Amino acid sequence: MISIETHNLTVSYNRRPVLWNIDFELPTGKIIGIIGPNGSGKTTLLKAIMGLVPTSSGYVKIFNQDLEDVRSRVSYVPQRESVDWDFPASVMDIVLMGRYKKNNLFKRITKADRDIAAEALEKVNMLEFSNRQISQLSGGQQQRVFIARSLAQGADLYIMDEPFVGVDAATEEAILNLLHDMKNQGKTVVVVHHDLQTAKDFFDWIVLLNTRMVAAGPKEEIFNKKLLQEAYGGKLNVLSQVGDLMKEKAFNVREK
Amino acid sequence: MEAFWIILVGSLIAVSCALLGSYLILRKMAMVGDAISHAVLPGIVIAYLLSGSRETLPMLVGAAALGVLTTVLIELFHKKSNLQMDASIGITFTWLFAIGIILISLFAGQVDLDQDCVLYGEIAYVPLDLWITESGYNMGPRTVWIASGLLLLLLLFIWRGYKGLFITTFNEEFAKALGIGVAFWHYALMGAVSLTTVISFESVGAILVVALLIVPPATAYLITTDLKKMLLLSSIFGILSAIGGYYLASLINGSIAGAIASVAGFLFLCVWVLELLRKKRVISI
Ligand SMILES: Nc1ncnc2c1ncn2[C@@H]1O[C@H](COP(=O)(O)OP(=O)(O)O)[C@@H](O)[C@H]1O
Ligand SMILES: [Mg+2]
Repeated sequence: MISIETHNLTVSYNRRPVLWNIDFELPTGKIIGIIGPNGSGKTTLLKAIMGLVPTSSGYVKIFNQDLEDVRSRVSYVPQRESVDWDFPASVMDIVLMGRYKKNNLFKRITKADRDIAAEALEKVNMLEFSNRQISQLSGGQQQRVFIARSLAQGADLYIMDEPFVGVDAATEEAILNLLHDMKNQGKTVVVVHHDLQTAKDFFDWIVLLNTRMVAAGPKEEIFNKKLLQEAYGGKLNVLSQVGDLMKEKAFNVREK
Repeated sequence: MEAFWIILVGSLIAVSCALLGSYLILRKMAMVGDAISHAVLPGIVIAYLLSGSRETLPMLVGAAALGVLTTVLIELFHKKSNLQMDASIGITFTWLFAIGIILISLFAGQVDLDQDCVLYGEIAYVPLDLWITESGYNMGPRTVWIASGLLLLLLLFIWRGYKGLFITTFNEEFAKALGIGVAFWHYALMGAVSLTTVISFESVGAILVVALLIVPPATAYLITTDLKKMLLLSSIFGILSAIGGYYLASLINGSIAGAIASVAGFLFLCVWVLELLRKKRVISI
């Protein structure tokens, strides 16, 4: 089974391509990392998959169908900094947005919606913060709220942009556990991540990106010096990290 | 009775502006009202030239058309060319306003029209323009009916569209990912702002509309943590400004619109200082 397929995908901003000829097929039921240095087009790739930016060429299929036909099975978690956290809204208000749909927009929020939202908050350990205003949350708590909103959608495919940025260790652990639970339920999780150090622990599958696609495959195949150098180029500190990574050859794969 | 009508119209307009202004502030588009109120000038002049009269209806239509064009242009420059929102607003309205000025000066000979009469409606005249039915029954000032109709329409829009406005204002990309038509909500709101601006400045004047769109919502934003409360509080601040402004004006025998805007500003200042003190106290405890 294929979760996301891209074919010859090219995306440009002001005629400058920031994603070039991206071609991959991602499996289902895995935790998949999209890895690349800053500005390598990771966010743009997610937006292209979600139909949020116009593509110059190529196509995206989700579960072998057009996005429009499977929208309710896909959930998108934008980068946390993409919204104004001073917005006058409570944690619950935000999570309930996960229950909004094109065809229920004019209907009232139901008791069932509230129950599902509460359940999602419970899963990220934020239920006690339901009524708190979102401006009074830490970075890690904001990220959890975004993930809860996504969980409330009850999708099969989750696409998250940098959920590990700016979160504390406890939140990182909590999110990781959650991702594994989701995987065990047969869900597919695609996560944008820029930190090479942790990538090998977090993901089963990896797409290496640097405007072009460098490689895509199970992480054991991707974590070799040549590919990582290709993706991260001449960035010195990163290269030394790559060296360290190569030394600890043993990948402590998380088995469940 | 005069005082009652003026305060009523002021309050109705203030609440309409406060509701829409709350969304504008949260969308970081507070100056859109200002832009529209200036950009409609060429629409009014063209309507005047075409209809050859100072009837209200053609002018309203001309103004409303330009109001919508303004919001479309702002969005176009912002989205298609990555121009910042504030720059996009600035370019659009100064340019349209300038065209209006040129039109007026070009046709000055034939046109009995100046910026004063089109841009500065006067709330003090509200009680003079009565609606008398065919049978001679006095329905009260016409503006009261127009302003009530406008407010009812807006309440219906916000009540029915609450979720749509909420999600597209907080997180447009997420809304888009859900398949929600964000352009629809944007233009529905902009259309409502155009309509409100045009109707309001016909009855209370342009400066007051701009003030009422921004100041009461900004005041409410300082002290609220909840969108529904923000809508309610900004409406209350708007009404207080209308009442306070009327009595201030009669006290000093000055402009009512000016006094309402001043009271709104004064309320903002009070709330801002109180908030500052409160935060200090919280920290020192
Ligand atoms: N809205 C935009 N307009 C123009 N250029 C953009 C826009 N968004 C991103 N870019 C550019 O596209 C490239 C890829 O950006 P992005 O997808 O955000 O990278 P990443 O998420 O990997 O850091 C960067 O060079 C960035 O400057
Ligand atoms: Mg990014």
